[in-house]
Amino acid sequence: MLDPLALAVALPLLGALLVTMLPGWSRTLGMLTALATTTVALWLTVTVWGSESLHSDLGGWGVPLGIGLRADGLAAALVAMANLVALAISIHATGYFGAAESSRKFWPLWLLLWTALNGLFLAADLFNLYVMLELLGLSAAALGALTGTREAAEANLRYLLVGLLGSMTYLLGVALLYTAYGVLDLELVAEALTPGPVAWSALALMIGGLLLKSALFPLHFWLPPAHANAPAPVSAALSALVVKAAIYLVLRLWLDLFDGIATLPAAMLLGLLGAGAVLWGSWRALRAERLKLLAAYSTVAQIGYLFLFLPLLTAAPDGDTRERLLTALVLLALTHGFAKAGFFLAAGLVQKSTGHDRIRELGGAAQSLPAATFTIGLAGVALIGLPPSGTFFAKWILVGQAIALGQWWWALVAMAGTLLAAAYVFRVLARAFNREPTPKCFLTDPRTEIPALLLAALSALAVGLAAQPIAVLLGAGV
Amino acid sequence: MSHEILLTQLLYGSAGLLFFLLGVWSFISHEPLWRKLIALNIMGAGVFHVLVAVAYRGLDAPPDPVPHALVLTGIVVAVSATALALAFGRRLDREDGERTPDVHGIDDREDGTHA
Repeated sequence: MLDPLALAVALPLLGALLVTMLPGWSRTLGMLTALATTTVALWLTVTVWGSESLHSDLGGWGVPLGIGLRADGLAAALVAMANLVALAISIHATGYFGAAESSRKFWPLWLLLWTALNGLFLAADLFNLYVMLELLGLSAAALGALTGTREAAEANLRYLLVGLLGSMTYLLGVALLYTAYGVLDLELVAEALTPGPVAWSALALMIGGLLLKSALFPLHFWLPPAHANAPAPVSAALSALVVKAAIYLVLRLWLDLFDGIATLPAAMLLGLLGAGAVLWGSWRALRAERLKLLAAYSTVAQIGYLFLFLPLLTAAPDGDTRERLLTALVLLALTHGFAKAGFFLAAGLVQKSTGHDRIRELGGAAQSLPAATFTIGLAGVALIGLPPSGTFFAKWILVGQAIALGQWWWALVAMAGTLLAAAYVFRVLARAFNREPTPKCFLTDPRTEIPALLLAALSALAVGLAAQPIAVLLGAGV
Repeated sequence: MSHEILLTQLLYGSAGLLFFLLGVWSFISHEPLWRKLIALNIMGAGVFHVLVAVAYRGLDAPPDPVPHALVLTGIVVAVSATALALAFGRRLDREDGERTPDVHGIDDREDGTHA
């Protein structure tokens, strides 16, 4: 009965229903759900880490008719990151929204988004993935428009429409695969799949649709306005988690399903788009006027790094090289999740206390908001890839393997991106650290600052140092 | 007889693909919100056509239930998504319906606020 896989999806869904029925209790019920869900998610990760991948057939129907859940190392690593970030965002949200009317609107949508995230990471069949993808898109677009401003509504309408286009394209790919093979379960499809026109069209349709959702350059146009106009906790969730979910799905399909179907030229094309994302996203982040816009463009760039790994993974021989590249990729994704969430939460606090987030006018922020500035600095360490952050290890492996596999140009892109990242982080910090009288206390608003600070510290210190256990975790299932 | 059935299935499936492509074209080339939404729904209908065509398993056998279930779920998702997009559109309309009708597309003539 106590199945962590089912509970990880069912608990937030139950919580979403409860807060919808009892809006007066939304903060208490929401926090209880958040705590319970995170506990279950960590339990799940520890179980996968300790043994093997987990499977569960809901209702005992079994494949090919029933809906199944499963967790391997990759899924468990992302579930752990997503739920820790989500818990921090929940705590931050209790302070950010207070008892305002928007708090009642926030919690049902937020828990629904959480359900979709866990469901997406754990789903075992293609159609279930589609449903979770749609649920994620709908709740994310509604959450993004919570501020109620015209810009937010417009940006999120665009986000919704682009997301729908992406998921319809994905669904046609699923329909093609079902036509050809008559199964939907990921493992069964992977076994049946043979190279040919059907497999190639399905690959193009599904990955293409997901690229739109994961905002890979040049399909990123919808991301900066949508992420920069949302309330701070929502921006953090969108940039750190929702985009990551689409990328997780690209990886899942690329590694599990289309392994052997995807050719090196296709991988090269994705790598090239990734390189474009790294350079263009970093450049736009450097030129950004507003702190939240900077963070959003930095997300575009960081997504690019993840796609640089695909041509290397496709070219790499099975075994150690591949495992190491995959570990680096996951480290990068996890670090970015923690760092970007921390960055956005801190940026939200800056915006709330100064009334704006224009970088030009941030002078003295280090004195008036020491913890928030420190958070941005720590998250910056992770975004640039200074040691000992996870990004540092990931980029180290990326550069090393790119040269070893004879694709040295990706190393150049990674280094250029790192320099640009350093430039845009230091631009903010240089503004923040000019001379003003030092305040008496380090924390100005503990409930919002501490979760942000912890996230950034995790990103800068813990994920990199935990590289070994994460490698063990990935070795367990992938 | 079975040839005719196969032909029907083929026609149905290709009509679905055609719908999908028409929808994509219309979605990309038309600016107004309601046209984009109709385009998305036509894309969806195209995918559902393909799935319904797939479900056929011969005259004597019952149709495959799985694609049917997929179509049902897909319709629910498409309806919810359309509803949310329309809600966004109404919101934008309330904010500045008269100034830039092209961005969100709902024509003001219907509610007769101006001639």
